[in-house]
Amino acid sequence: MTDNMKYDVVVIGAGHAGVEAGLASARKGLSTLMLTINLDNIAFMPCNPSVGGPAKGIVVREVDALGGEMAKVIDKTHIQMRMLNTGKGPAVRALRAQADKVFYQQEMKRVLEDEPNLDILQGMVDEIIIEDETVKGIRTNIGTIYDAETVIVTTGTFLRGEIILGDLKYSSGPNHQMPSVPLADQLKDLGFDIVRFKTGTPPRVNSDSIDYDKTEIQPGDDTPMAFSFETTDFILDQLPCWLTYTTENTHMIINDNLHLSAMYSGMVKGTGPRYCPSIEDKVVRFDDKPRHQIFLEPEGRNTKEVYVQGLSTSMPENVQRQMLSTVPGLENARMMRAGYAIEYDSLVPTQIWPSLETKKIKNLFTAGQINGTSGYEEAAGQGLIAGVNAAAKLLGEEPMILSRSEAYIGVLVDDLVTKGTSEPYRLLTSRAEYRLLLRHDNADLRLTEKGREYGLISDERYDAYNVKSANIEAEMNRLQTVRIKPNERAQSIIEQRGGTQLKDGILAYDLMKRPEMNYESIMEILGEDIVLAQSEFEQVEIQIKYDGYIKKSLAQVDKMNRMEKKKIPADIDYDAVHSLATEARDRLKKVKPLDIAQASRISGVNPADISILLVYIEQGNVKRVEA
Amino acid sequence: MQLETISSISTPVGEGAIAIVRLSGIDALEIADKLYKGNKSLSEVDTHTINYGHIIDPSTAETVEEVMAAVMKAPKTYTREDIVEINCHGGVHTVNRVLQLTLKHGARMAEPGEFTKRAFLNGRIDLSQAEGVMDFIRSKTTEASKVANQQMQGRLKTYIESLRQSVLNILAQVEVNIDYPEYDDVEETTTSFLLDEAKKVEQEIEQLLKSSSEGKILREGLSTVIVGKPNVGKSSLLNYFIQDDKAIVTEVAGTTRDTLEEYVNVNGIPLKLVDTAGIRDTDDIVEKIGVERSREALKNSELILYLLNNNEALTAEDMEILDSIADQKVILIVNKLDLDNRLDIADLESRYPGMPVVKTSIVNSTGVDELEEKIADLFFDGSIQSTDSTYVSNNRHISLLEQAKQAVSDAMDSAEMDIPVDIIQIDLVKTWELLGEVIGEDVSEQLIDQLFSQFCLGK
Repeated sequence: MTDNMKYDVVVIGAGHAGVEAGLASARKGLSTLMLTINLDNIAFMPCNPSVGGPAKGIVVREVDALGGEMAKVIDKTHIQMRMLNTGKGPAVRALRAQADKVFYQQEMKRVLEDEPNLDILQGMVDEIIIEDETVKGIRTNIGTIYDAETVIVTTGTFLRGEIILGDLKYSSGPNHQMPSVPLADQLKDLGFDIVRFKTGTPPRVNSDSIDYDKTEIQPGDDTPMAFSFETTDFILDQLPCWLTYTTENTHMIINDNLHLSAMYSGMVKGTGPRYCPSIEDKVVRFDDKPRHQIFLEPEGRNTKEVYVQGLSTSMPENVQRQMLSTVPGLENARMMRAGYAIEYDSLVPTQIWPSLETKKIKNLFTAGQINGTSGYEEAAGQGLIAGVNAAAKLLGEEPMILSRSEAYIGVLVDDLVTKGTSEPYRLLTSRAEYRLLLRHDNADLRLTEKGREYGLISDERYDAYNVKSANIEAEMNRLQTVRIKPNERAQSIIEQRGGTQLKDGILAYDLMKRPEMNYESIMEILGEDIVLAQSEFEQVEIQIKYDGYIKKSLAQVDKMNRMEKKKIPADIDYDAVHSLATEARDRLKKVKPLDIAQASRISGVNPADISILLVYIEQGNVKRVEA
Repeated sequence: MQLETISSISTPVGEGAIAIVRLSGIDALEIADKLYKGNKSLSEVDTHTINYGHIIDPSTAETVEEVMAAVMKAPKTYTREDIVEINCHGGVHTVNRVLQLTLKHGARMAEPGEFTKRAFLNGRIDLSQAEGVMDFIRSKTTEASKVANQQMQGRLKTYIESLRQSVLNILAQVEVNIDYPEYDDVEETTTSFLLDEAKKVEQEIEQLLKSSSEGKILREGLSTVIVGKPNVGKSSLLNYFIQDDKAIVTEVAGTTRDTLEEYVNVNGIPLKLVDTAGIRDTDDIVEKIGVERSREALKNSELILYLLNNNEALTAEDMEILDSIADQKVILIVNKLDLDNRLDIADLESRYPGMPVVKTSIVNSTGVDELEEKIADLFFDGSIQSTDSTYVSNNRHISLLEQAKQAVSDAMDSAEMDIPVDIIQIDLVKTWELLGEVIGEDVSEQLIDQLFSQFCLGK
């Protein structure tokens, strides 16, 4: 027996993954300790001051539907919110908010402080204590040991972080905080496959020094909007962003100083994300482009710092100043923080189960950038999954694994653990094969039930969800029975909307499928007042209008679900399956898919291998790997 | 357990006396009944009976084949599923059509070894035989992929790759609008843009299907020899064929201008011009005709373009060679029409009635269009047989192409109904994936790669 303090769950890190992980396990009733190097940096946004966007915004709503916190906090702390892709179909619409960075952190910190089962503590973890390949606790850099049943590592870019700026390279976490090196050494010593990734951030400038007259205003939407399905207070007092462009002169300065850029001097060893290129990269790779967009984004209401989106760079500080001075509006800009590139260690994510537990060490979970992703939202989604599953493991519950047809979070986790990633991974809508089903408007309908099952959804919220889904269903059914006659009122409304007149009576349901019709116009024809909430009749409308396409997607999902039901024993000995192709066998041994559907997504595993595997499992006598 | 219905030709490829198309699965009877006309529908006949009737193409009401259809209802069948075996008599072409009809009406092309796999999964084959089943699937797959690989070399692959690339460009443009809505370099993709692009893709797939409708997707090109006396215009013809757009650069190692083969495209028909170096180097193939190699080339060719001089009477040498190739496909080209006529063309036509005559002045580009048409006619009416078309895997390809065409036409329907671009995209992605399946490409990351290589995106 020791007299160490003991927790069910210890979370290392308090970034966007860490906070969701800690909250989820605490809310599942487990005693949770969250450690972070600096308590003032909880839920810090080291890069862009925004949350959401295509795919990512949908993840924020999914986190919310599963009882997470990101949506609620950004709803309270944003300075601007916009609905994107409004001119396109419902599947790709998404919210994006500009955050008040400091306010966001304060708000998230308060939520953590209020959480009964959660202790937050300033401290750096140097070692995870492991016995028999099982987690036992952690030791901090000042030698304190905390016993723990499970540990969740959410170290972001701190893990052996190194900042690179011009010809300078030094050990550092993001925003010049302390990096985490001993822990990185330990993970390496444990035999984890580690890769080196890189990301970067642009300079910040003082708002007073910007000549906004030379830029274009980018206002937020003035309709009330929110990420969380529970939010009722909307922020309507919004701050604009501003758009400007690089010039030929900017590009000239970059080209002239390319030898000084860390990216091109060979100093950077890590792989950077293609979707987040530095301005050096953009100029070199797309040298025919005369200019690149620069968005000027305020970092908050109580600061004059402005984030120069589009100018991510690792050039020396003085070159960054010269670059800024060539951008219209920024001629006299006073730089407050220089941009920089940062390299960090991350795990090859095929070493992780879909529950986000590592395959090598029992009860050790990882989430966020350590798993090879980038982005606050991707981190939050994983954090929630890791937190739920660390707790579920101790509670003897099945792990929460979201399928690719249920959530973007499911797509994200499956991509990581099944295919791995060769660069920092960002979610894109094109990664989701069922994106018509994974809409931002139906995140609650998709996931509230699951959140409830894992104890993360309150009674009140669950009741509201049940009412909403019942209303939607009842209305869908009703419209299939209501007939619209070709009377004068109907014809004139249809004509007004540019449609062709009715020849015969038609079901309201079918009339709504016409491109020119919507729910409101159908109610108008019927002479009925709208009693459903907008979020309800919006669902009715989308589900009716896109019925054919939704059914097509569902048919594909059905096929996949059948394959998901065919489980593969975790300890199957692939060497005993003689007919497998060598490459397939190697990949299967590494990824250890849980079911046939996951196996079929591994690159290098072809349909014949899947057939062979099916037959092998079916014959019943599966040879197991000896423990 | 009854699974989705699969179909394939279950007899060895080639001109056997009969050939069997086998359907197995939950809809086997239903699919067969859509095509079969007999005294009773196949769903009504007793199990384990063989029934006389006809296969009709429902879209044209045309009778495709006279058949005997064996009906075996589950569970006492090889796969323990409903099975229909359609016995055909009409040779490779007809059997292929019957197979295509089953695929078009709801069946899926069977994977290699799939009937056996089903027999096992449905408990028909004993557990102790599992190992054998697995090896069987492996060997069938290896065999099939060997055949597919052979077939996919060369032109068809290049063609489909470029078709896929154009679909990919459309997809990337839509995706960049979706994932980077603020990115202003790319014009917002509209449904009318998509409609135009989709139409082009549909036409190309249509074209491919047309060329394959006779089972004649050519992978290597018709092996073709240009023959004639010195200075009769062989080099000019060769140069005409390979001028700018007609030249096809192959990726086969060593296939360069100074080797023995040139690939050209004549009215959509690939020709592999053999022994072209001979033409270039010596311009004297007639003198070299005694050389065994050239005789071999003539004998093995699928098409011979024989050049004669309008300005000269037929020589004994010409006649000797023409007699020796009388049973091959030969087009007689009477060149140098711009010079005085000294060749007795009527006599030539009566002497070699099987050989079409085309009159040209190649240097003036006169008559060359007619020559191209003649080649196309001979090809499409089946007079020229290519030795390198194999039918089995073609069916898989054709079936995938049919599905791809369906997907792209679904996309067009949606575009016409003014459905949002991201939803039209669903069918375009499917088109692209199906085309990828034809050439066996891994599709997972390509779209995203395209996105980031084509556009300059990011914060």
